[in-house]
Amino acid sequence: MGEMENVAGLDPALAQHIDALVARKVEEQLARMKPKAPPSMTIIATKGTLDWAYPPFILASTAAALGWDVAVFFTFYGLNLLQKDLSALKVSPLGNPGMPMKMPFGPKWFRGINWNIPNAVQAVVPGFESLATTLMKQTISNNGVAKVADLRKVCIESDVKLIACQMTVDLFGFEHSDFIPEISEFCGATRFLPMAQKADVSLFI
Amino acid sequence: MNFDQELDARGLACPMPIVKTKKALAPMQEGQVLKVAATDPGSVSDMKAFADATGHELLSTETQGNVFLFYLKK
Repeated sequence: MGEMENVAGLDPALAQHIDALVARKVEEQLARMKPKAPPSMTIIATKGTLDWAYPPFILASTAAALGWDVAVFFTFYGLNLLQKDLSALKVSPLGNPGMPMKMPFGPKWFRGINWNIPNAVQAVVPGFESLATTLMKQTISNNGVAKVADLRKVCIESDVKLIACQMTVDLFGFEHSDFIPEISEFCGATRFLPMAQKADVSLFI
Repeated sequence: MNFDQELDARGLACPMPIVKTKKALAPMQEGQVLKVAATDPGSVSDMKAFADATGHELLSTETQGNVFLFYLKK
């Protein structure tokens, strides 16, 4: 910049000062002109159990509450989260060592016990998964945590885009009518990935 | 502290206190104050983060027993 000819025969120090000033003013002007876009987030939801239903819906609804632009792509078992009847969602402690097995009833000392029932027993007892699901739902409701259906409703009301993977629909023999009507679109990875690229935050669940 | 609207979010866990706060603020006029009561301990930092992110002013945070009271100005 200093190399430019001082057309008006300006003092070089003054010319340098003017260059710097112009650069700063242009930057300020550009910043003013750029529209202030809210932060954006995309989530890829791949799991379809009761426990894994929470992270995508909680993150999406919270981000929406903060004013963010959110889109969630439901693929593979994540499609379970878009079905009309969410009461079918189950959770299993089988082979799931991260899951605490605490009873949601009884006195405090009783509730504190982690039963850690062995996989071998879980696999043999019929209805174990249904029992675990019921107990998990009780635990969730005891702690004032919303039902998955309510969280999904909040997402819909907050304009979170719920996008379904068409390939998975075909793969598992679903019909569009199995799902809630509020799905923004059925599409593939090619359509979704550019959305993820533009987003400020991109999560894989 | 004076307030124009009140929200009872006691007994609700993340993300409901913030989600309901946003919903309660929506029909309010700029400058009005919303009082939010919550029992979720996480709501203390959540409410501050919500105020920072949305530009609403968190006027004060009080604790009454196990209840947190937040005063938010739109």
